[in-house]
Amino acid sequence: MLPAFGLYAVFALAPLGHAAWLSLFRWDGVTPAVWNGLGNYRDLLADPLVRTAFEHSLVLILFFSVMPVAVGLLLAATLSRTALRGLTGFRAVLFLPQVIPTVALAVTWRWIFAPDGPLNQILRAVGLGSLARPWLGDFGWALPSVGIVGSWVMYGLCMVLFIAGVQKIPQGLYDAARVDGAGPVREFFAITLPGLRNELVVALVLTLISALRNFDLVYVMTKGGPGTSSDVPALEVYVRAFEYGAVGSAAAIGTALALVIFAVTFVLTRLGERRAA
Amino acid sequence: MTTRAERIANYTILIVFSLLALAPIVGLLLTALRPADSVGVGFVFPRSLHFHNFVDAWHTGDFGTGLRSSAIIAVAVVAIATVLSILGGYGLGTMRFRGDSVVFAAFLIGLIMPFEATIIPLYYDLRRVQLTGGYWGVILPSAALSVAFGTFWMRAFFLATPRSLLEAARIDGASSLRILVSVLLPFARPAVLTMMVLTFMWTWNDFLLSLVMLPDPSVQTAPLKLALFQGRYVTDITGLAAGALIVALPVIVVYAFLQRHFIRGVLSGAVKG
Repeated sequence: MLPAFGLYAVFALAPLGHAAWLSLFRWDGVTPAVWNGLGNYRDLLADPLVRTAFEHSLVLILFFSVMPVAVGLLLAATLSRTALRGLTGFRAVLFLPQVIPTVALAVTWRWIFAPDGPLNQILRAVGLGSLARPWLGDFGWALPSVGIVGSWVMYGLCMVLFIAGVQKIPQGLYDAARVDGAGPVREFFAITLPGLRNELVVALVLTLISALRNFDLVYVMTKGGPGTSSDVPALEVYVRAFEYGAVGSAAAIGTALALVIFAVTFVLTRLGERRAA
Repeated sequence: MTTRAERIANYTILIVFSLLALAPIVGLLLTALRPADSVGVGFVFPRSLHFHNFVDAWHTGDFGTGLRSSAIIAVAVVAIATVLSILGGYGLGTMRFRGDSVVFAAFLIGLIMPFEATIIPLYYDLRRVQLTGGYWGVILPSAALSVAFGTFWMRAFFLATPRSLLEAARIDGASSLRILVSVLLPFARPAVLTMMVLTFMWTWNDFLLSLVMLPDPSVQTAPLKLALFQGRYVTDITGLAAGALIVALPVIVVYAFLQRHFIRGVLSGAVKG
């Protein structure tokens, strides 16, 4: 018991506290730090770059979280009406993107989005060549392109989660609904959606956190570029701390990011519990 | 009540989305096998297979070193985290002591805490005690976060074991450690395996921590090598594809054998720390 907590306290809890402490200083990592109070946080609020980064997080949430959950729910609802064989095989394939190192995925998708990569070649082959573009080098498309990768990684997770959840809903409920003449839509809102409450909370927590903390994907695919068009908070933390030497400011962003993640998780799990009661 | 059309539609959905999940990976594999200088859509089967691309990538990307570092770090993290998590979960799950709820709440924070938030103090504090630049700089923080999840996971398992089992063993005069090792652990095998598999995957796939802690090429992990390779040889598509597969292969192999455990663990709401 003690060794576990000791290791955890020294290498996880203490740094979290230390990060919050550092965020109160103006420090370049080399010379002595100067007390700055909440100054770093005031600067963050006024910093357009930071605001852009957090706004980009919202866009990523749309791609990482909202779309996969919506798609997953829709498909699970469709599939709930039948018994399926061979589900384990499909499950294994759908889940595969989850286990591959993000860096390897980023390399793969960089190739897909490359100017002469598969995506543009397919577009040209079907006569949509005018839509082809250097996706990751495009100010408007770099961020959505990264987002698409997130959707791709997450939809399988959501599908597997929801399909497992749907199978736990007693078939009798569906039979009863059908006897009462409920259509697929009524059935979805009256039975499937409430039955998937727990799975929904898990899916939202997992996908929201990975959207908010996303670093690997952006770092390898675009480095936040072109310009700052795909910059995200985690990348700002890294760049400020280890490339610009603005350690205090970076710590403040990191702490803010952690607080957002804690708050989101707390609210979601609470919502799940309350509706269960 | 299921119609034939409905069944066909359902399988079509499953197949389409499965193919969508596989397509980029298959495209990557085909690209890795095509002649180095060829340009083309990845989904055309190459006329001749160039396994040599893997050998080339292995050398230019220094993936031998990368895989070795990743393996050393992963084994160490899994070993440390497993032992400590079992002990921690046992303590929290079976014993009452002062402040146990505080300790538990503290572990909960670790379940969702991102490295992005702690990476700065980790770097400066570990540099001061000269732990950066070597394996321990990655092993200790990774193990610490894995222990948060592991303790939580094992606690849930131990809480679910019948108390009568514990009491019977205690009446027989078994010590706490003996109860753990010979009474509880045999039952806990699947739970422990799931935990180990998740810890392995998270450690292997980590990028940020190694990026910050390991500037020395001789100890860099495989994903880090891949990112650096990509930075240097952006246009070497076949080499990059081969490199990405080399880095992903160990996890895919483990996944192929233990996918039930991967899926069960992640679906339980385990968030990578």
